[in-house]
Amino acid sequence: MFENPESKLVGKREKNGRMEQQGYPYSERPLFALCYPQISRHYRCSLKTYGPSMLPTLGITGNVLLMERISTRTGKLRPGDVVFFRSPENPRRVVCKRLVGMEGDQVTYVVDPKNSDKCNTIVVPKGHVWVEGDNIYNTKDSRNFGAVPYGLVEGKAFWTLLPRRDFGSLAPKPK
Amino acid sequence: MGTPSVLWNVAKKCFTVGVISLTVSDLFASIVPVRGASMSPTFNPKTNSLLESLSDDRVLVEKLCLSNYKFSHGDVIVFCSPDNHKEKHIKRIVGLPGDWVGTIYDVVHIPEGHCWVEGDNLASSLDSRSFGPVPLGLVKGRVTHILWPPNRVSSVERKTSRNRVSPS
Repeated sequence: MFENPESKLVGKREKNGRMEQQGYPYSERPLFALCYPQISRHYRCSLKTYGPSMLPTLGITGNVLLMERISTRTGKLRPGDVVFFRSPENPRRVVCKRLVGMEGDQVTYVVDPKNSDKCNTIVVPKGHVWVEGDNIYNTKDSRNFGAVPYGLVEGKAFWTLLPRRDFGSLAPKPK
Repeated sequence: MGTPSVLWNVAKKCFTVGVISLTVSDLFASIVPVRGASMSPTFNPKTNSLLESLSDDRVLVEKLCLSNYKFSHGDVIVFCSPDNHKEKHIKRIVGLPGDWVGTIYDVVHIPEGHCWVEGDNLASSLDSRSFGPVPLGLVKGRVTHILWPPNRVSSVERKTSRNRVSPS
């Protein structure tokens, strides 16, 4: 992939039998460097997570997950997917939670699991999604900041890279 | 030598140009048309339904502001609609996180990470008065200049209305 640009130019000169354009070393390295932001922006990239809100699916010390953006762009997200989205409270942070309800779904959730068993049922508004952490006792999710607009969803996590023992696809929501 | 290598070179150059222009448009700035009259008279001061797509204003949207999401009162921004992520709206920021904004019926507190947007043409603008504060994560860029039509090429100024917004 990273060839020596000098040898490539020399090869071109000999093959074509005429002088290449002077002063324009057509190296392909910057092209590949530019491709990476496009791939990570539109296709997929790897992200590191940390925190206890997705136990037992994701560990406290952090996992490295592969995220893909094709599902979000084509609208193929389903309840039960682990998604990354920009936090509604801090646009500089990308948060990882599990998708529980799409727009129009009826979602029942425990309002405050540490103190009471009170449940609340809402309908997810149009253009929004409802996300919840797997560890309902220690998570800030849609129960705190409400339904998340779909435009904030960055991608869907589909593969765990690290730690090694969790390598593979992500577990479904624990019952 | 020969047609296949010439074609391959042309294809490589086209691909390079495509990738570079996509990167520039995603990371630095892009040019977008403005539809509708919700930002009159700043954009599209005269709506002529016959020639709408020809007479739309074209504006320069810069994306460098997305590195730290720091906006000021009066900035014109492009953001995804909270109700439909496929639509993009262009409106002016009237309130930043922590501000209190006065609407007809009550006073709204802008939560952390959100902003209050309104169109310049309040009579025909679908903005935060309908869908509430907009999360800053939905912002896709800031409008800095009008590029078309040529007689109105200029930079877009910040306009603040101090009588309705009380800062934090």
